Amino acid sequence: MVKKSAEELAKKHREISIAEFFEKNRHLLGFDNPKRALMTAVKEAVDNALDACEEARIMPEVNVELIQLSETRFRMIVEDNGPGIIKAQVPKIFAKLLYGSKFHKLSATRGQQGIGISAAVLYGQLTTGKPATILSKTEKNKLAYQIKLKIDTQTNSPDIISDKELAWEEKEHGTRIEIDFEGSYNKGRQSVDEYLKETAIVNPHITIIYTNPEAIQLIFPRATEELPPEPTEIKPHPYGVELGRLMKMLQLTEAKTLQQFLTDEFVRVGSGTAKQICENSALLPKTSPKKISREMVENLYNGIQKTKIIAPPTDCISPIGEEALEKGLRKEINAEFYCATTRPPSVYRGNPFIIEAGLAYGGEQAGDKSIRIMRFANRVPLLYQQGACAITNAIQTTSWRSYGLQQSKNSLPIGPCSVVVHMTSVWVPFTSESKEALAHYNEIVKEIKLALQECGRKLASFVNKKRKIKEEGKKRGYIEKYIPHVADALKELLGLEEIKAKEIEDNLGEILEHTRGELEEITVDNPDYDPELASIGKESKEDDEEEPEEKKARKEKKEEKEDKQTTLS
Amino acid sequence: MKTMETEKPVVKKIKELAQGIYNKILLIKQPQMEMPIRALSNVSYNNKDGYFELMGKKKVRTLTASTIKTFAQTLRMMNLSKEIIEKDDIATKREAYYVSKNWGDARFKEQPESDTVMDDIEAMMQVNREQIGFIPEEKGGDVAGKLVVIDKDSDTGKEVRIDCTKFGSGAYSVPSSVEDLKFETEAKFILAIETAGMFQRLVKHNYWKKANCILISLGGVPTRACRRFIRKLSDDKKLPVYVFTDGDFYGYFNIYRTLKVGSGNAAHINEYFCVPQAQFIGITPQDIIDYKLPTHPLKEVDIKRAKDALKNDPFVKHYKEWQQAADQQIKMKARAEQQALAKWGLNFVIDKYLPDKMKDSKTWLP
Repeated sequence: MVKKSAEELAKKHREISIAEFFEKNRHLLGFDNPKRALMTAVKEAVDNALDACEEARIMPEVNVELIQLSETRFRMIVEDNGPGIIKAQVPKIFAKLLYGSKFHKLSATRGQQGIGISAAVLYGQLTTGKPATILSKTEKNKLAYQIKLKIDTQTNSPDIISDKELAWEEKEHGTRIEIDFEGSYNKGRQSVDEYLKETAIVNPHITIIYTNPEAIQLIFPRATEELPPEPTEIKPHPYGVELGRLMKMLQLTEAKTLQQFLTDEFVRVGSGTAKQICENSALLPKTSPKKISREMVENLYNGIQKTKIIAPPTDCISPIGEEALEKGLRKEINAEFYCATTRPPSVYRGNPFIIEAGLAYGGEQAGDKSIRIMRFANRVPLLYQQGACAITNAIQTTSWRSYGLQQSKNSLPIGPCSVVVHMTSVWVPFTSESKEALAHYNEIVKEIKLALQECGRKLASFVNKKRKIKEEGKKRGYIEKYIPHVADALKELLGLEEIKAKEIEDNLGEILEHTRGELEEITVDNPDYDPELASIGKESKEDDEEEPEEKKARKEKKEEKEDKQTTLS
Repeated sequence: MKTMETEKPVVKKIKELAQGIYNKILLIKQPQMEMPIRALSNVSYNNKDGYFELMGKKKVRTLTASTIKTFAQTLRMMNLSKEIIEKDDIATKREAYYVSKNWGDARFKEQPESDTVMDDIEAMMQVNREQIGFIPEEKGGDVAGKLVVIDKDSDTGKEVRIDCTKFGSGAYSVPSSVEDLKFETEAKFILAIETAGMFQRLVKHNYWKKANCILISLGGVPTRACRRFIRKLSDDKKLPVYVFTDGDFYGYFNIYRTLKVGSGNAAHINEYFCVPQAQFIGITPQDIIDYKLPTHPLKEVDIKRAKDALKNDPFVKHYKEWQQAADQQIKMKARAEQQALAKWGLNFVIDKYLPDKMKDSKTWLP
């Protein structure tokens, strides 16, 4: 064996760009298989479009088109009526990972990290070698410009292929993105169709026009002309900031003193609280932030934990609302009973959040299967990684038996029921960058359970009522069954004529009906139900199931292995 | 046939009941059936005549959704009874249960259901089951000894004389209906025995000849026919009745008490189906001590049965002697079987026990 010197080895060490990292770990972003990649790309583009529209206070209208170019290749076109993007920004937004407007602020938007759409561009480039095409127009009388770009993965910077101005007559303003990539189009619970449908359900203010690869156009029209309240941005709460972040904030602040830093950079910190924090940290309020050492930051961090600080404001997040949530369920599921609830705001790690839950019971739903779960975070449907999600965990650890569903310990309940849970927060804690599962914070799980229990209690009273009515129906069947026997026996006992026996039957019917009153009926009475909508994303059965976690884990491991090999060679 | 005159009133009564229900229905009112509650809680001990008597508690069954099935079944059963009586036929309880299989949805699933409905009708009409045409299939009891039973041949109507001394080692079986039987006897008393085994021993050794008596095997809790047979025989021939059972609470409070004063369940007919003149000669709790009998320990259920009787049985509550005996045995925590007397020799019961007991009425229980 030839020995290698440290110098030689050192040559192999170099900085890894974030783009390079994700190029090799694309599963972390939700691009691990062709089917999921298609869904993720659409999701990232649509989330961005909706965020842009809402931020500019424009009623969103999003056009999604998927064109199948070859057996495994698709072209995705997503076009919105948002404010457009100024030319200088386009390359960075679409071709630089971790570039975004949302990472450094806390507000309840769909996007958070600035990864999503550039990851889609990267994925397209990886699988087809083609650049993404962006078309954007910011004002009515201006020209639009079209930019084709790629990502230079080594430097994580945009690589502009072409750039031209053109008229985009039919659009006043808006953005259109076109990416080609490898994918696979399926239907089912984890499809693009399902994603768009669920998006439309929890976002009644948007219109989506969707043309699927089969060239069938589906339109989800808006159900309300009201935009949800603008998500307001809040400064971080002291409790939610970790040591490293605190150090960075101290570096970047323009404040001259520690006290000023605390009051300026955090929410819920006035001069009184700031002084209190300084005292608890054994630091002088007048210390210059730039001169604070690492040890002092640690003191400050501990001092913050010791100080009692009011919970962050909660008016910065807006729930979907019980009514809208229930209406969404009504559209999607033809059931006998619906209910929804919105919890009061709560806080985890200094971040305010709200949990909403709803359920639909009975009707056309199968009674012998696990309940269906629909998960949402900041109005975005979560279709993958159900098993890893805090919502699923909360449902499993809620006791559903007393609410009329079957359940074996710590597993999903069984019954004709669908449950929807929505979490909205200025910062939704996902378990990975692909943003498909909520992390298990105790505060969050507890709130979800409380919301589920609220719905559960309503469900229990309905199930009981239904059972009673069923029993009543049975009794009535009983009456009808035995009336002729009473009549017949009396006829024979007293030697009555047939007509008299008939009279007995009629009278008995009257007597017994009279004592029982009107029979209440439970039927599916749901004018909101939209069977066409409900059928979207339902066709293919075999693709319904998520990949078994185990298999997925193995796959990921394998990819990691390949990864290592490539870095070593 | 002679039965027509006596049975017609029953048919009339059935029709009256049906008519009452029909009239209510015509008025669009909920029809009702009324019957005495058949349970120990609804009887009192009639000391003067010596039997369990019904108290006034009644059960009203109103026609509702939950009672309509039983209502229909009761009417069907009444109709069956009427047909049987009119045809001068009989049906066993089990046969009646099978007839119900024709009634479609109103049929009985199990025989206990049809028995209950039958008992309801019986109580509602205050008659005996045999009068509404139904007979039990169980055996009435075995008889041996100095007795001639005069029955009738069902074909010719001629008298048949049955000499109960002429069955050898076998015995005469009490029929299900005993009302028309006549008796001839010179015996001095009747001895009613709980177990077939003890009866066999006494018959085998012709105990009835020695003691000049009539032996009757009860075979557990005596059937109605058996109770009526003993009562009629005792009344007609002015014979005392002695009862000999196992020394346990089942023997005292189920067998002996039912024979003497009747049961809670058939309280409406106890007046005729009881033997108030019966006396309990053994095995008493004191006998267990006096004769040093081998015993079995009392089980929880036995003690519970005794305590229940002490608390709820009007008969036990009436007799201090029985209360003392029950207390004594509960303390003893033991019971003894009739055949335990064999400890002192197989024929100890014939040679010593029974003659001794007969002589000393102080060792008896009321």
